[in-house]
Amino acid sequence: MVTFMNTVTVWLRWSWRTLTSMRTALLLLMLLAIAAVPGSIFPQRGTDDIRVQRYIANHGTYATVLDRLGFFHVYASPWFAAIYLLLLVSLVGCVVPRAMEHGKAMKAQPPLAPKNLERLPAHRRIDAVVTAPIEAAIAHLRSKRFRVRVAEDKTWVSAEKGYLRETGNLVFHLALVLLVITIAVGKTTGAQGKMVLVEGQGFTNQLAQYDDFRSGVFFDRSSMVPFTLKLTKFDVAFQRTGSERGAPAKFDAHVNVQDSFGGPVRSQIIRVNHPLGAGGSQVFLTSHGYALHFTVRDSAGQTVWSDSAVFAPEGANMLSRGVVKAPDAKPQLGFQGIFAPSGMVDPTKGLFSSFPDADAPLLFMGAFTGDLGLDQGIPQNVFTLDASKMKRLGIQPLRVGDKWTLPDKEGSITFDGVYRWASFVVSTDRSEVWVLSSALLAVVGLLLSLFIPRRRVFLRIADEGVLLGGLHKSGADTLTTDLDSLSASLTVGSRERPDTTPDMTSDTQNLSDVPAPPRAEELS
Amino acid sequence: MTDLQMSALSLYLTGGALVVVTLAFGFFTAAFISTRDIAAAESLELVTVGAPNTGGLVGPKATTTHVSSTNRSALWANIGVSLAWLQTVLLVASVITRGLANHRWPLGNMYEFAVFGACAVSIGFSVLNSRTDITWLGSLIAGFVLVDLGAAIVMFIDKAGETAPLVPALKSYWLAIHVTAAVLSTGGFTLAAGASMAYLVVERANSDREQGKPETGFVHWAAKRLPSLERLDALAYRVHAFIFPLWTFAVIAGAIWARQAWDRYWGWDPKETWSFVIWVMYAAYMHARATAGWKGRKAAWLSVWGFATVLFNFFVVNIFFVGLHSYSGVGN
Repeated sequence: MVTFMNTVTVWLRWSWRTLTSMRTALLLLMLLAIAAVPGSIFPQRGTDDIRVQRYIANHGTYATVLDRLGFFHVYASPWFAAIYLLLLVSLVGCVVPRAMEHGKAMKAQPPLAPKNLERLPAHRRIDAVVTAPIEAAIAHLRSKRFRVRVAEDKTWVSAEKGYLRETGNLVFHLALVLLVITIAVGKTTGAQGKMVLVEGQGFTNQLAQYDDFRSGVFFDRSSMVPFTLKLTKFDVAFQRTGSERGAPAKFDAHVNVQDSFGGPVRSQIIRVNHPLGAGGSQVFLTSHGYALHFTVRDSAGQTVWSDSAVFAPEGANMLSRGVVKAPDAKPQLGFQGIFAPSGMVDPTKGLFSSFPDADAPLLFMGAFTGDLGLDQGIPQNVFTLDASKMKRLGIQPLRVGDKWTLPDKEGSITFDGVYRWASFVVSTDRSEVWVLSSALLAVVGLLLSLFIPRRRVFLRIADEGVLLGGLHKSGADTLTTDLDSLSASLTVGSRERPDTTPDMTSDTQNLSDVPAPPRAEELS
Repeated sequence: MTDLQMSALSLYLTGGALVVVTLAFGFFTAAFISTRDIAAAESLELVTVGAPNTGGLVGPKATTTHVSSTNRSALWANIGVSLAWLQTVLLVASVITRGLANHRWPLGNMYEFAVFGACAVSIGFSVLNSRTDITWLGSLIAGFVLVDLGAAIVMFIDKAGETAPLVPALKSYWLAIHVTAAVLSTGGFTLAAGASMAYLVVERANSDREQGKPETGFVHWAAKRLPSLERLDALAYRVHAFIFPLWTFAVIAGAIWARQAWDRYWGWDPKETWSFVIWVMYAAYMHARATAGWKGRKAAWLSVWGFATVLFNFFVVNIFFVGLHSYSGVGN
């Protein structure tokens, strides 16, 4: 039993050491890069569900297997999570001991000066030395903010500077952990709701009023502030000249916002790149299209529909499709339309749109009578009409103001006007500011860890002069400058010349990732 | 000057830069080819000095040839450097006039990314070369700029011939911040990858020599004209150390902008995914360089593969992938 426990302990220790080793971290990093790629190749759930469904429908078993393996939801898949969680554990396991080590080093004194300074990569001798060189060196190094240690017999000085390099390195890695944590907090406590508003329509920030609402497991629904938002006008402009003709030039959603019941109303414009802040959430404009207003009367002359129908745009010139369902008509009426904002009819292609703006609205409407299939309570797509149990009455081109009296005295439909709709996303993520702060902290840490040179400077009394030596973990130039200024402050009369200058080759070591600084014993 | 004239001027400047960089490529290549093989030349001089009895004909003649070829190489390299500066100036002017013509930051479509990228690489090369001699990298960099500008003019030009306004999604000052940082990083990664590729060539030649393999072929021919492994590694690392934080910043700026424009700071759009892949690749490089068993050859390969992902992100993702970053102005 004891040996078994020992084996387990040994094995656990080995696993931990392997996991927290730099090689493992490197392999995990590369694995993470590779694992992220499929998400850019295959359509992803949550981003483009329609393309995912189409892909699966078109590719059969192969796609079903991919689906099981999570290739259509890569960034939420267990294997992707496994990689980054292992990487995080590896990172913490590597960084925490280093942080403690660094904490000790920050309190400790610089190491003993090596015995033979001439074996250091940078060293020089000063013969014409000032009186009391030790004191002069201490004063000079302290003024340069070196941490200084002096031998008890005052035969040598050891000084170190650039602790911020390792601090920055640790800050960078810990900020990455913080980044992942704050993102996770935001995902689990946040929410996103989507809705479509036609010009003139309003909305209150309540769950029931969203077309689609997704929230994290810890989202507090009672915290939703019931602000109201009304789309008064959707102002669109397109490029009318040049090679970019038809490209969007302006999307301005004019809205009236009321932050609380009975509160003052403020007029605002929501644009792409300019979300609106309301009730602790952000309101984003995401897309737009045409909404057509119809009045439908049934065979008895009763008005059974008088409202706008949202049409879904396709392609650059916004040829749009939509349906009208009038279940209250007796018998029930259904309409299926293709709308061209700048409509033209081609003898072979049929109806097409020549421009995205509503220059010459033209609608081709098909009418059906019979059973809409709504009574079974099965949810239907609002953009499709199930005409399987309906009789086709005919098809008719309509312009704004036209009234079409349906054949067989089944009623009529009037095309009253063209409006626009805009879709909005209301996003609540209270951790955003912390996510950004973590990311910026990581950059600061990274810059410190890359650009603060850590170096040690030593001085030893030698017969009739002093020897200077230096070590650097990065930044040979800085060490040279340090030694130059130190030797200048210790030399009587003319400035001596360095007998060795560290070259660029000794700058190749990035010691920020080597666990412990070289000890003086190793150098002497 | 009208906007259209300004736009035309910008195109002429890009065309001019293309001509100049073609010449620079020629001179840098000639300089590289005629670079004296330092080690071989030294041994030849030793032979000449040590064996005066050869009649005083072969030795001195050979030495003279080498000396004159060295001078010629230096002359050609100098012409290349001057041309690189001229090309840099032309490209800066092209970018500025393009911005003036369109009344916006000149980073709105693939043509503009390509020209700005060429500009970034040129500035990087010329400035770095004035600090430490990297003329050996000249023909590789000039070749890259040549292909990049060629692509800009041949493939991406269709919508660049006149003033091109931006779609609303791109009307943000984050365009200037995010895309500039991204394109500058791309320029830097190009230089770093050049150094890493040179490293791999020299490393291969050295290991062949250690194993006693015959020292023939391109690798050995090129290795004789390249700096030492230590210098190449130091150069690659220095450039990476500058560019990795810049790329990190570019990704963060992109996330801030995405939060403004697309209602979330990160959504695994193909471009976002590949930016992440690039970041991870270079993070791996930075770590590999300090890890036993990985420093040297493997780290250099990571740098080269990292650059491959950078190129993929620019040329392939922009054009062929379905995503939100679909403003390349190509295709439709």
